[in-house]
Amino acid sequence: MSDQIEKVSIVVSRGSLEGVYPGLIMANGARMEGIEATLFFTFFGLDAIINNRMDNLGVATVGNPAMRIPGGIKMPTWLGAIPGMSKFATVMMKKEMEKLDIPPVREFIEMIKDAGGELYACKATVDMFHLTKNDFCPQVDEIISVGQFYEKSAGAQIIFT
Amino acid sequence: METVELVGRKLELDADGHLKNLNDWDKEVAKEFARLEGIETLTDRHWIVLEFMRKEFQEKGDAPSIRKLTKESGVDTKELYALFPKGPAKKAAKIAGLPKPKGCI
Repeated sequence: MSDQIEKVSIVVSRGSLEGVYPGLIMANGARMEGIEATLFFTFFGLDAIINNRMDNLGVATVGNPAMRIPGGIKMPTWLGAIPGMSKFATVMMKKEMEKLDIPPVREFIEMIKDAGGELYACKATVDMFHLTKNDFCPQVDEIISVGQFYEKSAGAQIIFT
Repeated sequence: METVELVGRKLELDADGHLKNLNDWDKEVAKEFARLEGIETLTDRHWIVLEFMRKEFQEKGDAPSIRKLTKESGVDTKELYALFPKGPAKKAAKIAGLPKPKGCI
């Protein structure tokens, strides 16, 4: 048993759709395998748990040289700045995710919470952005400091996304 | 080839320790697998999940995602994890006599 992962602590630091999903998928996937999972949202990653923002995350199309247009052709990076491009990419990505049964952010957060995952917001960022506990969705357990994060991560693999 | 002796029969297992042949499965085998996973009794609620998973597998070739399970089987996420504490994906599939689910969600 000792060579198996028993606990993961996942840091979500980015607020774009493609920045948030890997952490959520990994946390949910951990719970599915019976692995304990803790999510720690920091900096713009907080948008994934802020009540009036979490339903409106978008794909970052600026400064993303890996961006492809439908059909697989590489998109020139300057095109990403055209108004509506991020919106378009977001709609496309959400459509593809729905096909794979990947839930929207809010539903995903609820699923992870119901699965026994823990969700925390980073205190430094909360203070910096002048946020309070009331700004977050009810699934958030607590606003914690980095020290508390390490305490809660005892024995866990820490994954930064 | 790994085999296990359960309910007086020799059953073939795959590399993950799941049943190799779908048809080797019956309710007695499920009960034994459940016991090996630490679930002493399979309740009606367990059976809803197991039967839903088998039905989905036979139709689609893979076990359903947790999301599909909770949306369509009538057992919500919280209960699902209470029924199969060590991870519903792996454990429920094993008890249902199915291979480990391929999906990520």
